[in-house]
Amino acid sequence: MLLDKTIQELHKGLVNKEFSVFDIVKECYDHIEQSQRKLNAFITVVDKDAALKQAMEKDKAISSSSLLYGIPFVLKDTYVSRGIRTTCASRVLGDFISPYNATVLQKLLDAGAILIGKMNMDAWGHGATSENTDFGPVRNPWDATRVAGGSSGGCAVAIAARMAVFAIGEDTGGSIRNPAAWCNITGLKVTYGRVSRYGCIAYASSFDTVGPMAKTAEDCAVILGVIAGKDPYDATSSSNDVPDYVNIMQTKKVKNVVIGISKEFYGDGLDSDIRQAIFDAQKVFKDMGVIIKDISMPLFDYGIPVYYLIGPSETSSNLARYDGVRYGNRRDYFTEETTRRIMMGTHALSTGYYDEYYRKAQKARTLFIKEYEKMLSVCDVVLMPVTPTHATKIGEFANDPLKNLLVDVYTVSQNPVGVPSLALPCGFSQSKLPIGMQIVGKMFSEDLLFALGHQYQSRTNWHTQKPSL
Amino acid sequence: MKESYTTIIGMEIHAEVKTSSKMFCGCKNDPFHAPKPNIYTCPVCLGLPGALPVPNKKAIEATITLGLALGCKINMLSKFDRKHYFYPDLPKGYQISQYDIPFCYDGIVQTSEGTVRIRRVHLEEDTAKLMHSTINNEAFDSAQPRPELTSKGEHVTLIDFNRSGVPLIEVVTEPDIHSASQAKEYAKKLRQIIRYLGIAECDMEQGGMRLEANISLRGIRNQESGIRNQELPPYKVELKNINSFRFLEKGIAYEVARQAEILDAGKTPIQETRGYDAEKQITFTQRVKETAEDYRYFPEPDIPPIRVGHTWLSAIQRAMPEPMDGVFSRWQKQYGVLPEYAGQLCEKPEQATWLEGLFQAFDAAGLAVGMCVNFLVHKRIQVNLFSDSYETICNTFQQATQLDDVSDDELNRVVSEVVLQNPKIAAQYTSGKTQVMNFFIGQVMKRMQKKLDAKKVERAVKKIIAQQNHELS
Repeated sequence: MLLDKTIQELHKGLVNKEFSVFDIVKECYDHIEQSQRKLNAFITVVDKDAALKQAMEKDKAISSSSLLYGIPFVLKDTYVSRGIRTTCASRVLGDFISPYNATVLQKLLDAGAILIGKMNMDAWGHGATSENTDFGPVRNPWDATRVAGGSSGGCAVAIAARMAVFAIGEDTGGSIRNPAAWCNITGLKVTYGRVSRYGCIAYASSFDTVGPMAKTAEDCAVILGVIAGKDPYDATSSSNDVPDYVNIMQTKKVKNVVIGISKEFYGDGLDSDIRQAIFDAQKVFKDMGVIIKDISMPLFDYGIPVYYLIGPSETSSNLARYDGVRYGNRRDYFTEETTRRIMMGTHALSTGYYDEYYRKAQKARTLFIKEYEKMLSVCDVVLMPVTPTHATKIGEFANDPLKNLLVDVYTVSQNPVGVPSLALPCGFSQSKLPIGMQIVGKMFSEDLLFALGHQYQSRTNWHTQKPSL
Repeated sequence: MKESYTTIIGMEIHAEVKTSSKMFCGCKNDPFHAPKPNIYTCPVCLGLPGALPVPNKKAIEATITLGLALGCKINMLSKFDRKHYFYPDLPKGYQISQYDIPFCYDGIVQTSEGTVRIRRVHLEEDTAKLMHSTINNEAFDSAQPRPELTSKGEHVTLIDFNRSGVPLIEVVTEPDIHSASQAKEYAKKLRQIIRYLGIAECDMEQGGMRLEANISLRGIRNQESGIRNQELPPYKVELKNINSFRFLEKGIAYEVARQAEILDAGKTPIQETRGYDAEKQITFTQRVKETAEDYRYFPEPDIPPIRVGHTWLSAIQRAMPEPMDGVFSRWQKQYGVLPEYAGQLCEKPEQATWLEGLFQAFDAAGLAVGMCVNFLVHKRIQVNLFSDSYETICNTFQQATQLDDVSDDELNRVVSEVVLQNPKIAAQYTSGKTQVMNFFIGQVMKRMQKKLDAKKVERAVKKIIAQQNHELS
């Protein structure tokens, strides 16, 4: 199967004419036809004939200018795209067609990659299970009675079910890492500012990050090399140089790199299979010459309140433009979950409550930043679970929004700080459901995360497991 | 006995900054000269999903420049904030403005009636422009609507986004203004400074400069303790959307009288926003605020805080022209030019440089500079300022000011002759064709072979014609 190959392998095969772009794209559509009905990963599938025609055009002039040349990919439906509708999984936007492309999309198209679909998600990024969508829940390819995780659930499913080579997700509080963990793929939450947010429909502007989702850390490194960098259209994008991630990933020595483990991460709420899987992963890292060190993060429990005050505050502002005048439908089309977040945020920003909620949350955020600085001064990276449980049953959280929030307990604390985190497969539960771990690094340390992830994946085969469909 | 009051006014003035591009995007900033609506737009100023603002450095520099010219302190670390409210001309549902850390604060503007303290100078974005129209009229046709959506005769509101996102400076005073005339003087002076610095054109009619006055009255009589009442009154009336200095003055005067009448009756005026009706010359209620509006300000997360830094600040300072006030007071001392006259001739630093050269030329030619300026301001001598050479202008002045003497009797005699010999033309003048005056003036000078003061001849001609008409009737 071509879609089991890494991007570099595909590129080599294309350049050596072992197979064609057409073959790869055709395989994607075969799998889409096979699984979309069951898994509901796509909101919009790009017209097959149009995509195949594009593939044939690319085949006429195979180029080695970019590793992504001729590679089919999908986008979370939060990125605006010229000529293809953008919904953000909400009927509030209706069939909105953007007059411009998101920067990340434009960069990928310029590199020669082929867009084949826009993916289902929690509307506006509001959720951790991809059930808060007006297009029906996304189903987990490992067990279709379970959720895919979210909010970038459709993206994760597309990779797990081999319907695309890679995806661009968006992570505000775990939205790339959580579905990556539950679908057994690799996903990166980048350093805030590493990739332009221009054209990414904002959930919480100061948390939102644009990142790759793929089968391996290696693929993520290839993609990040293309999409990272300063964008004159995003004032928060960083002008830091973009390193040669692929090269560094393969050559960087990880011997004596210090991985911190904090006891706060392994409390009562954590599923025992997941605890065991991460414990096993530590052994692999030790074999690689990595040093494991006990650290402490006393503020860990404050991640949820900080995230759920600032996130909704910003979203209440960001969604103000969908006022029923310019786009598709009126505000009563917002789902209950989205309405809840808008109301929480509006309240937290209101006169008389601002100091008590928003300002206090910002102060706690500053403490968090210091806490991470402190932690990452005694170790190079921190290893922790992605989620406290494996994928839940569809509908399980429908009447328990609070429990839904707690799914993000491990992933929400990185976004207020801005640090990057790589989520990758590290085992399976007794019920054969995927388990993920995340490696959190210092600002702009994606190269180290890739090196650790890549070398871990060269020693393990969790990431090559795929669901039977 | 009636109470007497102190008028208390604080002003908020907005000016559209003349940068080449808009505040947060690359669109052209030229809303008043756009040939069509909605041509200077992009995802950012339309507030489309996913679009992000990138601040315009030139607009920030203009704001700091104005702040420095007003003697303000500068916040070395500043930021933008979001101000939320729903209105069709505000596509994002919030305006990017500045809340608690404006670029500039604590400045002053001097007026002849006292010092006006400037509370803050901040930068924000302008909104789109709403046009209320009826289908099938001219404004609607030019906006190129989609006729299938509407029917003839229907009332619609159209939105022109050419102005959306144009940089807007807001200057806020302390409540230091105590009369309508002082408010007018302050506003005019602020416009003069802004124009002089080249920051904005301040076209009042187009809305390039907008005036707002918060007006209230404080009783000063019943202070039996003898202690002056310094507290602010428990209400204020916001006079908004004023687009001329004259209307500002009249509107405030009207408000002061209106509020005094209410206070005299033992009542307190309602806290509200009022507009000015120029035709009826009255103010009228626009909006009564029952509760304080909650804009839910919070720091704009899409724009990192702005560190001004000493290098940038001194570069801005170096690029500033000599302060206008300084130039004018120097001219008064050096050349005897009245500052108010200087202000009428000179709006820009390059004009100041040119005028200074002219004053020196006047001086060298033995002309009294003060008198020459007086003539220029009152247009008693026609020259083309800023384009004619100094030599040409000096010659014109020399010729014009060297007049021949003539006695009143002799002048009246010649004027009578000329008028009597040209009865038809005199009749034309009487019937309102005043341009024939130049004929009489020319004839008189020709007949006398003298260079006379044209104004003096004109007065004589008018007098003679009037006398004749009187005799005839």
